[in-house]
Amino acid sequence: MMEIGTLHYLLVGAVLFLIGMVGVITRRNVVIIFMSIELMLSAVNLNLLAFSRLYGLHGQVFALFIAADAAAESAIGLGILISFFRNRATVNMDEVDLLKW
Amino acid sequence: MTPVATPFFFYFLSSIAIISAIVMIVKVNPVHSALALIVTLLACAGLYLMLYAPFMAGVQIVLYAGGILVMFLFVMMLVNIEHLYVEKMLNRQWIVGLAATAVLALLMLAALVRGAHTLPQHIVNYSEQNNVQEIGQLLYGRNTGYYMFPFEIASVLLLVAVVGAVVMAKRRV
Repeated sequence: MMEIGTLHYLLVGAVLFLIGMVGVITRRNVVIIFMSIELMLSAVNLNLLAFSRLYGLHGQVFALFIAADAAAESAIGLGILISFFRNRATVNMDEVDLLKW
Repeated sequence: MTPVATPFFFYFLSSIAIISAIVMIVKVNPVHSALALIVTLLACAGLYLMLYAPFMAGVQIVLYAGGILVMFLFVMMLVNIEHLYVEKMLNRQWIVGLAATAVLALLMLAALVRGAHTLPQHIVNYSEQNNVQEIGQLLYGRNTGYYMFPFEIASVLLLVAVVGAVVMAKRRV
């Protein structure tokens, strides 16, 4: 087996990001869409850490900020989801059309 | 410490991560998806360890796999499982979405292939023992604390998220 370089990690990050993007675009269930967004953020973290091995520790600090953002985003998103479920009794993304006439 | 069997662990962890990510997006039941997502995030934490980032690996396990996934499993109580198996899993624009993702995949592949030679060949292996101290120096150090102000902004962001989540989930709006 060949030596593992930065490019391998970037490739894995890209594949995970694309899988998350497929989940966000094609699924109807809002909970799974949120999970796909978490997966995309984690893939970006993998890229940042791979680059931080080349350019210094700043990438790890940015990955920490992204983790904090992910926590905030999922808290807000799940709050919106609960509120929406109370009003419409559904968790399907294509039925979220309150702002669309 | 010199790493042992790096290629094997890399391929092992990344294949676990990718396979369980695919499982996550094709499962109908969201509980199965959440369990697959836990496996993916733990495999990512292993990859972080291989990248000499033990602090971020710990944060990944505690924050994602421990915190966010528990929140997801709470919200699962909303979802009517029997209802999910009879209705459609994908929305109407899934073919267009797959095409857009394929285009983005080609773009990323082109960027990685054409830009591979611009990456520095010299890889710094930081010491794992001092990782937390060095990140703390970047966050709070007297002379090296470049990220002190963004850190405070992140705390304000978390406060806003807490207030927003409570307001959103408390009563009928």
